[in-house]
Amino acid sequence: MSWFIKKRQQKIAVEAKTVRVPEGLWVKCEACRELIYRAELANTHNVCPKCGYHFRIGVDERLENLMDDGYETLFSELQSADPLNFVASKAYKDQLKRLKDEGQDQDAVVIVEGTLSGHPVVMGVMNFDFLAASMGSVVGEKLKLGAERALAKKCAYIIVSCSGGARMQEGTLSLMQMAKVSAALAKLDMAGLPYFSILTDPTTGGVSASYAMLGDLNIAEPKALIGFAGPRVIEQTIKQSLPEGFQRSEFLQAHGMVDRVVPRDKLKDWVAACLAWMLPVREA
Amino acid sequence: MSNDTQDLAELEKPILELEAQLRALDMDPAKVKEREKLARKLEKLRSEVFANITDWQRTQLARHPKRPYTLDYLERICERFEEIHGDRHFGDDAAIVAGLGWIDGNPLMVIGQEKGRDTKQKILRNFGMPKPEGYRKALRLMKLAEKFKRPVLCLIDTMGAYPGIEAEERGQAEAIARNLLEMAKLRVPIVAVVIGEGGSGGALALGVADRVLMLEYAVYSVISPEGCASILWKDASMAPKAAEALKLTAPNLKALGVIDGIVPEPLGGAHANWDLAAQNLKDAVVNAFSELADLSAEELLESRYQKFAAMGSVG
Ligand SMILES: [Zn+2]
Repeated sequence: MSWFIKKRQQKIAVEAKTVRVPEGLWVKCEACRELIYRAELANTHNVCPKCGYHFRIGVDERLENLMDDGYETLFSELQSADPLNFVASKAYKDQLKRLKDEGQDQDAVVIVEGTLSGHPVVMGVMNFDFLAASMGSVVGEKLKLGAERALAKKCAYIIVSCSGGARMQEGTLSLMQMAKVSAALAKLDMAGLPYFSILTDPTTGGVSASYAMLGDLNIAEPKALIGFAGPRVIEQTIKQSLPEGFQRSEFLQAHGMVDRVVPRDKLKDWVAACLAWMLPVREA
Repeated sequence: MSNDTQDLAELEKPILELEAQLRALDMDPAKVKEREKLARKLEKLRSEVFANITDWQRTQLARHPKRPYTLDYLERICERFEEIHGDRHFGDDAAIVAGLGWIDGNPLMVIGQEKGRDTKQKILRNFGMPKPEGYRKALRLMKLAEKFKRPVLCLIDTMGAYPGIEAEERGQAEAIARNLLEMAKLRVPIVAVVIGEGGSGGALALGVADRVLMLEYAVYSVISPEGCASILWKDASMAPKAAEALKLTAPNLKALGVIDGIVPEPLGGAHANWDLAAQNLKDAVVNAFSELADLSAEELLESRYQKFAAMGSVG
């Protein structure tokens, strides 16, 4: 969790990568410390076969896990305009350029349109590799456009969240993305359309305090870190150490915030069943 | 408590004895005739015993430790049930089980109080006594059902809402009251069935429905007979008398217009045959929802209002 405390974004991004499956033939599980044959993880959606630990996965793998084949990517042209001309130890512009050079050209969220077990859906998947999936204007705009697309198509909207929070390099404009996306979700709600929030490790800060908590169903992967304030910040503030399992998915379910913790291999079927429950029977 | 079990044992003793005799004869091919005779005798005895059952004995049956609970029914009436947790405010109350269900392919929201079968489950489920977060979970999921135009089924089985410090701190009264108001406004059909004990406000918080049904030996009351006896008779041992006086049985409440229908139980009570009890419940629920299916939201709300507005008797 040390990544969460360090305020500097580049530090966050680098440290965050360590919980993704590292390179090599054998992988050591973060949770049970057992060695796992890499090929085995490919068959388990990157879930430890020994202890059930859910490794973080990237956008492509997530989409492959949840969407039917043949989905289409939307709004991929949107790029951050660096509205504040923000410079800290590095210029935000340079960070963005470096990410683009590395092939990260969709900012921190990818929006797709397609079907999930035959149900038409629009889906947004956040990308932790892009500045810790922090939410700036592009993330907010794309998620808003995704909601509007679902509204126009009268279909369900699903956001798979992970995030370190709002993107401080875009200042208060980042904060306003919380309100913008929530307002778009209000429109979906008023139209009687389903919105599912799928929370993955880690979902924190402004993302948790907006669209990630607003699902008709809030679904979490096992043991994901979910919370508003980070654990270290809380510890330092209250000067107490936090109990085991604090701010994990199961804790949130016990405290009424997450409707159901669903393991990755059951996720698609579960979402499909709930969609079938909600959506009117379509005329053949 | 010893008083309760004694009354129940007295009622069931001759039946249990005959059942034991019948079991002893089982498997013996030479005694087919004898077995048939005994089975008929058992049937007759059950009818006689249950024809003359007192209201206090009904109360014991409603609380019978082997009686099927909400989860036992859901397992039998829903081909799929996906539990949804939490009130989105404070917690997830295991005394109320709720989620997305399907009956014969029809999606509906199912919400029920669950007492828990073994000791561990009873503690987890707080003996079926919900806290405010349980009622708030129920309400949140009713609203979800309303959004997606799905009907709501409530199974009522509680000795009452939990009387405890934290329940009061979090607004037990407000949570129950809120449900009464919101259920009066919910724009989808609601069917509520008292499957065991309908304990006062804690039961009614799931009971403002278009059709309110009771299982044959369920009870539904403003207070337990014991509570009533100790307050009005100043003597808890007067509970059997209080049970009669309170008119808490299904036939009485049907006559008073409090409930709309009675779901028959297997002879000997629901605990004698869970599958049959569940089949009867399912038939009654499906029938009630099909009666309501053609009504518009406005018609539903108006008839629900008229139903509850007419309750009570003034001279
Ligand atoms: Zn492991």
